Amino acid sequence: MTSSPKDRRYTKEHEWVRLGEGEATVGITDFAQEQLGDLVYFDLPEPGAQIRQHAKLGEVESVKAVSEIYAPLSGEVIEVNQKAMDSPELVNQDPYGEGWLLKVRPADASEMDSLLSAEDYDALVATAEGGQH
Amino acid sequence: MSNPYVPNTDADRRAMLERIGVASVDALFDDIPAHCRNPGLTLPPALSEMELARELAQMAARNRSIAETPCFLGAGAYRHFIPSVVDYVIRQGAFATAYTPYQPEISQGTLQSIFEFQSLVCELTGMDVANAGMYDGASALAEACLMAVRITGRERLALLSTVNPSYQRVVRTYAEGHALPVDVMTPDDPALSEKHACLVVQQPNFFGYLEDVEELERRAHAAGALYIVVPEPMSLGMFRPPGEYGADIVVAEGQPLGVPLSFGGPYVGLFATRREHIRQMPGRLVGQTKDVDGRTGYVLTLQTREQHIRRERATSNICTNEQLCALAATVYLCALGKQGLRRVAELCYHKAHYAADRIAALNRYSLPLTGTFFQEFVVRCPRPPREVNAALLERGIIGGLDVSKQIDGGMLLCVTEMNGREEVDHLVDALSEIGA
Amino acid sequence: MSDGERRDMGSKLSFGRGRPGRTAVTLPDCDVPLAEMPSPSLLRDDLPLPEMSQPEIVRYFTNLACLNYSVDTGFYPLGSCTMKYNPKLHEDLARLPGFAVVHPLQPVETVQGALALMHELQGFLSEITGMHAVSLAPAAGAHGELTSILTVRAYLEHRGESRHKVLVPDSAHGTNLATVSTAGFQCLAIASDARGNTDLAALAEALDEDVAALMLTLPNTLGLFDQNIVQIAQMVHETGAQLYCDGANLNALLGQVKIGDLGFDVVQMNLHKTFSTPHGGGGPGAGPVAVKAHLAPFLPSPVVGQAANGAYVFEEPEHSIGKVGAFHGNFGIMVRAYAYIRSLGAPGLREVSENAVLNANYLLACLREAYDLPYERRCLHEVVFSGSRQRAKGVHTSDVAKRLIDYGFHPPTVYFPLIVDEALMIEPTETESKETLDAFCAAMLAIAREAEEEPELLRSAPHDAPLRRLDEAGAARHPVLRWQREDQA
Repeated sequence: MTSSPKDRRYTKEHEWVRLGEGEATVGITDFAQEQLGDLVYFDLPEPGAQIRQHAKLGEVESVKAVSEIYAPLSGEVIEVNQKAMDSPELVNQDPYGEGWLLKVRPADASEMDSLLSAEDYDALVATAEGGQH
Repeated sequence: MSNPYVPNTDADRRAMLERIGVASVDALFDDIPAHCRNPGLTLPPALSEMELARELAQMAARNRSIAETPCFLGAGAYRHFIPSVVDYVIRQGAFATAYTPYQPEISQGTLQSIFEFQSLVCELTGMDVANAGMYDGASALAEACLMAVRITGRERLALLSTVNPSYQRVVRTYAEGHALPVDVMTPDDPALSEKHACLVVQQPNFFGYLEDVEELERRAHAAGALYIVVPEPMSLGMFRPPGEYGADIVVAEGQPLGVPLSFGGPYVGLFATRREHIRQMPGRLVGQTKDVDGRTGYVLTLQTREQHIRRERATSNICTNEQLCALAATVYLCALGKQGLRRVAELCYHKAHYAADRIAALNRYSLPLTGTFFQEFVVRCPRPPREVNAALLERGIIGGLDVSKQIDGGMLLCVTEMNGREEVDHLVDALSEIGA
Repeated sequence: MSDGERRDMGSKLSFGRGRPGRTAVTLPDCDVPLAEMPSPSLLRDDLPLPEMSQPEIVRYFTNLACLNYSVDTGFYPLGSCTMKYNPKLHEDLARLPGFAVVHPLQPVETVQGALALMHELQGFLSEITGMHAVSLAPAAGAHGELTSILTVRAYLEHRGESRHKVLVPDSAHGTNLATVSTAGFQCLAIASDARGNTDLAALAEALDEDVAALMLTLPNTLGLFDQNIVQIAQMVHETGAQLYCDGANLNALLGQVKIGDLGFDVVQMNLHKTFSTPHGGGGPGAGPVAVKAHLAPFLPSPVVGQAANGAYVFEEPEHSIGKVGAFHGNFGIMVRAYAYIRSLGAPGLREVSENAVLNANYLLACLREAYDLPYERRCLHEVVFSGSRQRAKGVHTSDVAKRLIDYGFHPPTVYFPLIVDEALMIEPTETESKETLDAFCAAMLAIAREAEEEPELLRSAPHDAPLRRLDEAGAARHPVLRWQREDQA
C-alpha cells in the first residue's frame, strides 16, 4: 500500500481533510474505498449545512455495504462534488484528487491538530490490514 | 417403507458415519441437554400418498367452493377468471422451486420476471418505480405509512374512515412499535395538520365508491403530508391511475390479478412510488444491467436499503417478495393485456350496475350511498344482513359482507365477470323473497 | 430456442414481444344491459400493457424458466434456507377447488374443512415446538419475527413494564435487527465466544431490567447448538425478559428436542423451509408463531378455535396486538405444510432431522481438509467454513461461489454470518443423496486446488451459466427499474 498524501490530515474513520485558503476539502481515503468496493451512492449534506467534527455527516454506499461518513472538522458546507455524485466510481479511482466529496468553510482550523498525520494514519491502516488475516 | 423424500439408505448412512467418525447419528445431537432429548411427538400416524390424497380431498369437500356456489363477496379479495396459462407458468419447477435470485447468473428467469412485474405495476398505477412485491395490500399500506414517517419526519398517520377496516387495524398494529398516533378522518373534511406524515385514501373505497381523489390530493399536499392511495387493481383497467392525480405512494392488493382466492392467502402486495423516494422504499428491487459479454441481464439492486445489508437501519425487515404470486400477476397481465384487462373491468362494472339497479328496484331495499362505483356497492336490507345471508345460504347463495356496523342494515355486495346474469337474477329473486 | 437466443432474452421484454391487437385470452360478451359509463374525467386514456398471443406467452415464460437454477434442477445448498425437495402431491392438493376457490370472508359454516386444517396445523406446530398456542397469520419468516416481538412488547406493557432494548447475537440474521427497529426497540449485539456459543459474560453484562427480550436462532447461523442454552434461559428469565427463538433452522431439531422445553417463550417457524413448501423464487412462504401460555392472549387476530359443539370458529385473542395481514394467513401454504406433516408423522419428522444433520456433518468431514473450519465442533444441519485460506492466495469466497456454478451447483450462502471471515454456509438438507454430496465435495476440492494453481479461473467465473458476471455497480449507480416504452418499440 502506497503511503497516504502528506498534505492532509486523517480520521480514524478513514476520512481525510486538506486545508486550503479559507476552505477545507474533505474526502474518504484509499483504504476506505478499497474496503467498500464499487461505490454507487453518496448521501451528503447540502451547501449551507453545518457539520460538526466527529459527528456523522452522511453515508456512502457500495453494492454490498453502507458506511457512515464522519466530519473530520466543524464548519459550513460550501460545495458538494457533483461529478463524484454523478459518477461515484471517481471516488474509487481517485479518492484524494478528483474524488473529493465536500468543500467546507472551517469553523476552527485548530481542530486539525487532533487529527492523524499521514504517517499515523498509515500505521493505523497497517494494523487493520494485518488483523484481517 | 422408506421415506420417498430421503434418499439415504442404511448403507449410505453407515458409510457417512464412518467418514465422520461417530458410531451413530444420535451422537451428532450430543449438545442437546439430556433432559430435553427425544421428547416423542404426538402426531397422527404417517399417511401414504394415496391415503393423504383421499384425506385431504375429504377435507376440501367439507368446504363450499365458490366454483360451485354463487358468491357476492369482495371486500379486499376478488374472484376473477384466471387463464390457464397462469397456473401453467407458476407450476414450472424452475420458477416454483428456485430461491431468491442472489446468484443472478443462474436466476435470470426470476429476475427478468420481477423486472416485468415492476414495469407492469408502474404502467398500471402510473407511478415511476415499483418494488418486487410485499406480503399483501394491508401490510404494504402499513409499510407505506412507515415510509412516509421516515421521509417527512412527522409522526401522525391519517387514514380516511372509508379505508378497509382490516387495513386500518394492520396499520395500527405496525404503528404500535413507534407509538405513532393514527387519526381516522372523514372523506368530506379530513382535518390534516402539519403533524401528519400521510393521508391514506382507498380508491374505490371500502364500500365500493370512488372518492374525490383530486380534492383529497390538494388537502394532503397543502398540509405537507404524503398522499398514499390504495387503488383496487382491476379498477385500474378503467379508471384513472393514482400516478395521474398526484399520489406519492401507491399500495394495493395484487390478488385480483391472477392469484387464486385460496381462503385468504398467499397474496401479493403492490408498492410503487415516485423516483425521488426510491431509497426509502422497502422491498426487493430488480434493475437492468449488462454482463461481461455485453448481454442485457437483471440483478437485485439498491440492496443497501434492505435488511441483509442495513440490518437495524433497514427500510423494512421484509425478506420475501411473494414471487410466485407476483409471477402469477405478471403472466395474468401479459395474458389479458391492454384489451383484456379493460374488457374484464368493464364486465365487472356493467354486471355490478345491473345488480345494483335490480336490487334498488326491489321493495324495501335501497342503495344508501351515492356516487360512482366500480364492482362493489352497499345495499340497505330490510332485515339484519346476518339474517339475509343465512337465508341466502339456505338458497345456495353466498351473499355479501355484513357492514351494518358502519352502515345501518348495510351489506357490501361485489359482482365480477365471474357472476353470470342468471346468478345475479337468482340473487335478486332470493333477496326479494327474503325481504317480503 | 438456441442457447445463444436464450442468453439474449434479457433485451426483449413482454412489451416488445407482442403486437397491437394480439390477445391471449377470450372473454364472453356482456350478458347484462350496459350501464351508463362514468364521466370521462374519471376514466383513464391509455392502458399501456403488452399485447401477446397465448403461444408467445407460453414460449416466453417457458424459455425464461430455462434460465433458472432450482431445487428441481440441482443441489441448492444455501445455508439457513433449507432448500429441500418440494413434494409435487402438495401442489395438486393446494389446488383442490375446496381449498383454492374459497373466499376468506365466507360464512364459517361453509369453510369447516379449511378451519379444521388450520386448527389441526396449529396443534401440530404447537406439539412440535413444545408450545401452547399458535398464530398462523404471519405471511413470512420476517413477518413472524415482527409478530413475535410485537407480542412480547404487548405482554410487557400489559404487565406495566417499560423495557426498551432487545438483545441479538452478533451472528444474527439481518431480519432480526430490522425487526427490532420496526418494533420500536433499541438493538444491542451480544458477542459469540470462541466455541460459537453465546458469550455468557457478555450476556450477563447486557441483561438488565430494560431488556425486553433476547433473540436467539437455534441452532445458530453457524449451524451450532448453543451449549449454554439452559443457563441463558435462566439468566434471561431472572431479569424478567422473554426468550425468543428464530426457528429458521428448525430442520435440525425436529423430533430431537422441543424448543419450549429449552425455556423459549416464543418461536417463529418458516413453513417454506422446514415444512417443504416451495420457495417460489422468493416466496410466498409463511411464518407461524408459537408461544407459551402467558403470551397467547397477545397473538394477532384471528386464531382458529373450536366451539362447544365442535364447530370451528375464528377467535380474537383477548389482548391481541391486532392484525398483521388483511385476512388470516397464507392458507395455500398451510395446506402444503399440513400435508407434509401428515405424510411424515412423528417418525418421519425425526428422519428429517437425523439425515439433515448427518449430511451436513458428512460435508464437514469431507471438506475440512481444503477449507478452514472456524469452530472445532460438530455442526447440526449446516456447516460454516471460512474462505480465508483461499483469500491468502488472492481468491475470495465469492469467486469460489461463482466457480461452483461451472461445476453445475448452486453456490452456498456467502458472507454470512458476518462474524466469520469470507463465510461459506452450506446446508445440504435431508433430501440429497450421498452421490450428490460426493459430487459436490469433489467440485469443492477441485476448486480449492484451482484456487492455488489457476486462480484466474475462479475470478472470471462463471463461464458456463446463461449469463456471466453482471455489473451490479452499474445497476446501482444508474438504476433502470422498469422498461421504458420507447425501448420496446
